[in-house]
Amino acid sequence: MTNPTFPVAGTGLAGTPQSTGLSIRHAVMELGDGGTRVTALDDVSLDAAPGEFLAIVGPSGSGKSSLLAVAGALATPDSGTVTVHGQDLSQLNQGRRAAFRLSNIGFVFQSGNLIPALTAADQLRLVNRLAGGPKTFDPIALLESVGMAHRAGNRPGQLSGGERQRVGIARALVTGAKLLLVDEPTAALDRTRSREVVELLARQSHEHGVATVMVTHDHDVLGYCDRVVEMVDGRLVAAAPVA
Amino acid sequence: MFLALRELVFARGRFSLMGGVIALIAVLMVMLSGLSSGLVNDGVSGLKAMPVTAFAFDQGTKTDNAFSRSVIDDQQLSAWRGVEGVAAAEKMGVGMANATTDSGKQVDLTLFGVEPGSFLEPSRSAGTGLGDTDGIVVSSTAKAEGVDLGTVVTLDRIGTKLKVVGFTEGQATFGHVDVAYLPLKTWQLIASGRAAAGIPSAAQLSALSFDTASVVAVQAKPGAKLDLAAGDTAAGTSSKSLSAAFDASPGYEAETMTLSMIQVFLYAICALVVGAFFTVWTIQRKHEIAVLRAIGASTGYLLRDGLAQAAILLVGFTALGVAAGLGLGAAMPDAMPFALEAAPIAVATTLTIGLGLIGAAVAVVRISRIDPLNALGGQR
Ligand SMILES: Nc1ncnc2c1ncn2[C@@H]1O[C@H](COP(=O)(O)OP(=O)(O)OP(=O)(O)O)[C@@H](O)[C@H]1O
Ligand SMILES: [Mg+2]
Repeated sequence: MTNPTFPVAGTGLAGTPQSTGLSIRHAVMELGDGGTRVTALDDVSLDAAPGEFLAIVGPSGSGKSSLLAVAGALATPDSGTVTVHGQDLSQLNQGRRAAFRLSNIGFVFQSGNLIPALTAADQLRLVNRLAGGPKTFDPIALLESVGMAHRAGNRPGQLSGGERQRVGIARALVTGAKLLLVDEPTAALDRTRSREVVELLARQSHEHGVATVMVTHDHDVLGYCDRVVEMVDGRLVAAAPVA
Repeated sequence: MFLALRELVFARGRFSLMGGVIALIAVLMVMLSGLSSGLVNDGVSGLKAMPVTAFAFDQGTKTDNAFSRSVIDDQQLSAWRGVEGVAAAEKMGVGMANATTDSGKQVDLTLFGVEPGSFLEPSRSAGTGLGDTDGIVVSSTAKAEGVDLGTVVTLDRIGTKLKVVGFTEGQATFGHVDVAYLPLKTWQLIASGRAAAGIPSAAQLSALSFDTASVVAVQAKPGAKLDLAAGDTAAGTSSKSLSAAFDASPGYEAETMTLSMIQVFLYAICALVVGAFFTVWTIQRKHEIAVLRAIGASTGYLLRDGLAQAAILLVGFTALGVAAGLGLGAAMPDAMPFALEAAPIAVATTLTIGLGLIGAAVAVVRISRIDPLNALGGQR
């Protein structure tokens, strides 16, 4: 599954961003104010190609979530460019960015991911409605693909942590987004569940040509990833090739 | 409203609690509105029913109780008759009296002395009109006190006897007391203090040299606009339009102001309570809203959804409360001045919903300040 020929993170990437997937070039972002400013991203460049499953590891506070925020058009870097499917995100205003996220980027968050009031099927239906998707949209088929069709009528409160993450993944795929950003999906799961969830992510990205960037602390699951990069103090460093 | 409806169902416990408060406020609104209309009817329905444009009081009369305090004379009357745009003007006497019916029942009456056959004579639901020196036309509500056609009431102390010859159409009360219309001459006899016991005789009346009354009632020509100030200057009076004259009836201003104040407070409470509820509710949903915004839901969609939720809650439970209030109102004892009227209840309902929505809107606007970044990295 590993792909050692892929360029590894760092500063050595070529200047032109690729027109598909995710391209981050020389992103710098400072957070906080006054005397407590931290450099969350320090000249970060990163590519994720369609169909590639990329993992980001690193110590707490090293800037992993910040990198996802920048890649997902949730935060704007102070300098550098972020390109998703050929679209330079800095060209978009607030409202257009939301619309762009809706149809092009899928998110899977660590927890509190799902809307408590909605059943699994309704979580998916809501996103389809938000995106103005087809009336014929069938959430059950999508839930089936993550193995959750049998729980379509259950609310998050009645689902286990692993099941919630599966529904979350299905929801991120509703609009056919080709970039999936995943923040610590296994933080609340045991080993077996973690493996199942990450395996699902790997399968989805490979089968549907989705570029997936996953932040994780869980070294057990790195075997499913095509590439692993490590963040330290806001910088990307190459990680040891995955076994 | 996809999300709004599902959340209403999901958090039905919390929403029902809030809805209960809204419904109770609506019940209270209907009761206050009924009480307010009832008091107004009780206070001034006698005036309301009159085809009068304005009343002219003697200059310098104190507003409260001005009707029975004011004294006007024939000169002032003829001055008013000469004012442009006046179709008719008549003297009218107003006074309060305690009386006893022939069956020994004590009743209170407001005596309206009017010229028989003039435009001030009331329309009747039963009996004949004014004319006989002792004939009175009484508010239809007096029937509840055992007064009937032919009943003779004797005024306390002076002993003058008056006979009920007719009933007004609908309620005619003034200062919470039933109105008895009587011929102006008879009123003047009673007001002069020279009335003898028994039926006022024609001889007594013609011997009377008492030609003052309380107020001049003025009726404008159809479509004409009365210049009240000009009339006042000419006649030496201070006049008030019919509705402004309500304030001059006993206790009217104090009662309506008290009730209006309670209603204003209730509207404020409604807006604040609903605002507080939706503030807490929105804060509870903070993470979920951050997730929705991160996914790409537009601020407009989320705001519309939140407002729709508040609107459904408010309209639903206000309707419930108004229905309950109407039911309770229908069961009110007769002795209570209570009248359910469509217009004030519609206004109260609209205001309850409208102000509740304003309260909710102020809270729901928070949605637009929730940062989608909060969705990242668990419980930050
Ligand atoms: N809103 C903020 N204001 C100020 N500093 C912030 C803010 N958010 C994050 N930081 C700081 O920026 C740095 C990077 O934070 P980030 O959340 O990206 O780290 P992380 O790698 O995701 O950590 P973790 O593994 O604990 O989730 C940290 O030093 C953090 O303290
Ligand atoms: Mg993080």
